[in-house]
Amino acid sequence: MTADTHVAWGASTSVLQVAAIALGGLVLVGLMRRVRARLEGRVGPPILQPLLDVRKLFRKERLRPDQASWIFPFAPVVLIATVAVAAGIAPLITVRPALGTGADLFVLVYLLLSGSTLLALAGMDAGTAFGGMGSSRAVTIGALAEPALLVTILALSMSAHSSNLPEIVRSTLAAPGTVVSPARLFALASLLVVIVAESGRLPVDNPSTHLELTMIHEAMILEYAGPDLALVTVGEAMRMALLLCVFVNLLAPWGIATSMTPLAALVGLVSLGAKVALVGVVMAGAEVFMAKLRLFRLPELLAGAFVLALLGVVSGTVLS
Amino acid sequence: MTSSVYASTLGLSAALVLLCAVVTLWRRSLGAIVKVLAVQGAALACVALAIGFHEHDVGLEVIAVLVLGAKGVVVPTLITRVVRHDPTSRESQPLVNVPASLVAAGALVFLSFAATRSVTALEPTTAGRLIPFGVAAMLVGFFALATRRKAVSQIVGLLLVDNGVALVAFLATAGVPVIVELGASLDVLLAVVVLRVLATQMRAHVGSLDLDQLAELHD
Repeated sequence: MTADTHVAWGASTSVLQVAAIALGGLVLVGLMRRVRARLEGRVGPPILQPLLDVRKLFRKERLRPDQASWIFPFAPVVLIATVAVAAGIAPLITVRPALGTGADLFVLVYLLLSGSTLLALAGMDAGTAFGGMGSSRAVTIGALAEPALLVTILALSMSAHSSNLPEIVRSTLAAPGTVVSPARLFALASLLVVIVAESGRLPVDNPSTHLELTMIHEAMILEYAGPDLALVTVGEAMRMALLLCVFVNLLAPWGIATSMTPLAALVGLVSLGAKVALVGVVMAGAEVFMAKLRLFRLPELLAGAFVLALLGVVSGTVLS
Repeated sequence: MTSSVYASTLGLSAALVLLCAVVTLWRRSLGAIVKVLAVQGAALACVALAIGFHEHDVGLEVIAVLVLGAKGVVVPTLITRVVRHDPTSRESQPLVNVPASLVAAGALVFLSFAATRSVTALEPTTAGRLIPFGVAAMLVGFFALATRRKAVSQIVGLLLVDNGVALVAFLATAGVPVIVELGASLDVLLAVVVLRVLATQMRAHVGSLDLDQLAELHD
């Protein structure tokens, strides 16, 4: 196989991955809303409703606060761009995406973090009280989640002897026993808590609330309207979908394309969709039985995630 | 049982024992803490059962069933009865707050792994390498004993220490003789019954299970 086919394969699968994350993220949000509505005894909106909402928002007039600086329109674009790059290089459908050698877990985490940081800045940019409050809360949660996330990465990279994400997935495929090792399970449990915190789901933040005093994420993006809001919505959905995809591929990578054929890519796409949909449905089902935690109790949750990750690292050193 | 299945079962169960110990520091509701204790008892029984199968030791398998019955069912049920009669069954104000005690638990885990390094080097078998998990569960139990205020959390702390000791015993010696294990289990059972009676008396006299209430004189 020549170098050219490698490049062509990597580029085409990366484009496919970004498109799948962009569309699949919105469908996933719709699916989770639907499951939740059904479990609560409501009919709920159609699964494709978020796509329709985004289309409606894109057709609306562009409205921006007078006092806002260049950060305000810049943030949604950066959010989408960073998530798209992360989705392009992560091993979602294939274990050999374009620039896969650069798809380090640290790179991925800080790509996503730069988008959220800019969004937090944009929340304060318009100068309203709610935006600032939402931003300060979002940054607090982010700061608490970060130590847990870093130790989780350490625990995950111990079994593969590399923090390169495609390398971790490949080594998991080569040795399926590592999935049920205590180190991996502790790390994945911690990662799940961090994903819930970062994507603003219950019990950290209620994605369906519009009560100003309790909301975190919605308060931060309160000033966005029209096409800007559509970009933010798409970016957030993509980020959640990407995080869940990485999670399922670390938990159960089977189905991911290891050879460079269109059929393998198709199998990878379908299995990824099925796995993420399953995790999304389970998460939405669990959310029905959860209440939002008080903001002052969040450090307990994230300290728990940190200790889980720490246990993962320690058991990884003992059992390796 | 192949050696890889044995290793992963043993590793997972031992890790679960430690995880349960940490979760008792995490949760505030006493009912939930007692449930976690029951899970820990079951995980301990799993460890004994796995070693019993691996070593073809019938005595150890019998002990596993006994451990499951005593630590997974009987003791948690006894404590649950105490909790059920206490309307304010929450560990609302521990001496060290929850995030700090979780970080302290992390430090204790590191300490136990550092301290047992020579022991694990002495016995580098699959089971022997897991000894730090037992020591860590024990230390976390001591921490719960030292910082929790409710009588029920203190009973649970004592049982965590006992479970940690039992885990170390299983892993280090492939199980103590049945008679010794029986003696230890009955000892703990007796302690729980005594503590339960004490808790009932305490509620009758003081009106709550908060141990700080005992520091002052009452009529």
